[in-house]
Amino acid sequence: MKDSPSVDQPSSVNEDLAPLIRAIEEADSKGAMVAAVGRLAAQRHPDAIPTLIRVLGYNNPGAAVAAVDGLVALGEASVPALLEELDGYNYGARAWAIRALSLIGDPRALDILLDTATGDFALSVRRAAAKGLGHLNWDLLPPEQVSAAQVQSLQALIQGTEDPEWVVRYAAVAGLQALALAICEALHREYIATIQEQLQRVVQQDDSLAVQARARLALIAVQALPL
Amino acid sequence: METEAQQLVNAQGESLTVEQAVANLRQTEDTGLRYYAAWWLGRFRVAQPDAVDALIQALQDESDRAPDGGYPLRRNAARALGKLGQSCAVDPLIQCLACDDYYVRESAAHALGALGDDQAIPALLNLLAGGAEAATPVEGKPHLVQPYNAILEALGCLGAQSAVDDIRPFLGHPVAQVQNAAARAMYQLTGDDSYCQRLMERLQEPNLQLRRSAMMDLGAIGYLPAAEPIAATLAENSLKLIALQGVLEAHLQEIRFPDADLTPEAQRVLALMDELL
Repeated sequence: MKDSPSVDQPSSVNEDLAPLIRAIEEADSKGAMVAAVGRLAAQRHPDAIPTLIRVLGYNNPGAAVAAVDGLVALGEASVPALLEELDGYNYGARAWAIRALSLIGDPRALDILLDTATGDFALSVRRAAAKGLGHLNWDLLPPEQVSAAQVQSLQALIQGTEDPEWVVRYAAVAGLQALALAICEALHREYIATIQEQLQRVVQQDDSLAVQARARLALIAVQALPL
Repeated sequence: METEAQQLVNAQGESLTVEQAVANLRQTEDTGLRYYAAWWLGRFRVAQPDAVDALIQALQDESDRAPDGGYPLRRNAARALGKLGQSCAVDPLIQCLACDDYYVRESAAHALGALGDDQAIPALLNLLAGGAEAATPVEGKPHLVQPYNAILEALGCLGAQSAVDDIRPFLGHPVAQVQNAAARAMYQLTGDDSYCQRLMERLQEPNLQLRRSAMMDLGAIGYLPAAEPIAATLAENSLKLIALQGVLEAHLQEIRFPDADLTPEAQRVLALMDELL
């Protein structure tokens, strides 16, 4: 893999990307498409972002996974284009975009993740959003906004632990654990007790053993926090 | 989670209560409403007597007919009854194994496996008559003469030791999914790991459908050594998570969680699942 070029010198590299982008447009099988997307993603070049985002709507899961990997590797640079994609009409693309945003952890995605974690009809999207809410990179927010944003996350994740689908509850529990760690660092510790209480409730009341077990593990991790 | 069922909304955004769902299932005007109600009662595990009665009656429905002559409502009702754990459904489901709709027989076999009543064993074994040679495709249909996967799986779940000699020949059936189902049942009935090795090898298949089905089989039998191979399989995270849930929960039951502490094995599977969210 070549070194990642920096964002401010895209003009010369477009020529390198052009054949890779053409290979995606001309791919004649699902497998060829996956391989072509993988090659473009491996460039880790910001100019690949529009093409990688277009691939999310191609109804080719293998290619979408490769595109998400590429977008996640590009991190913050992908976020504005991904947020724009969410306004699109393609539901499949939207689900993949939310997945990428969850993995990137940029708090500019907070509002969409809050809406999605509790309101999306597809359980895999609610699952990804719940994971994302726990793993946001809070340092990217202005300090005075962190507390309010974490409270919003906390509320959405607590709601997520009551989702009808076990896997969403599981992801919400994992999200609560990650959020507890972040809150501990950010000194908003009064919320740790709320998280512990909710995890305790899940251990006692959830009807899925896997979710109970995940909540037990989260409780152990939260109890070990230096408070 | 029965209280949640009260608050849930259906795909059209309308909320449905248990009373409405039972009423929708009992009315005969609108087949779509009945079909949806049968699914809904199973989905939200509504096991109260009037719901179970209505579902059992729906197993004999004549009004909802598919273009191919099948009985869509019966199929959904059988699936729902498999989730409700009510032994009064066993006999009516055994009757369904004689239905001329393949998919009703398939749903009934699944449900009987889930209900765990060994009374169903003779009727299930009956459908294996003629052995693997008789298990041929039906012309013009995408399936074999019997729902062999569901039958083999049910016999495995029911601990049908007496069926081992009838199941073994299906390990050599030309359809890979049938082989998988036979391997899965043989492992459940004999505890012999070599049957799971067959399923583990399937996780490397070039064909996605086969990888998926082997993964779900390994999850359903809760084979702990399969956890890492499942996590590494080229397939959707959603399915890997379901398969790993099966592996994890079998282990948790064995160690008597939540009374016992999490073992290192359980924590290992949880870590694999976290990666897939």
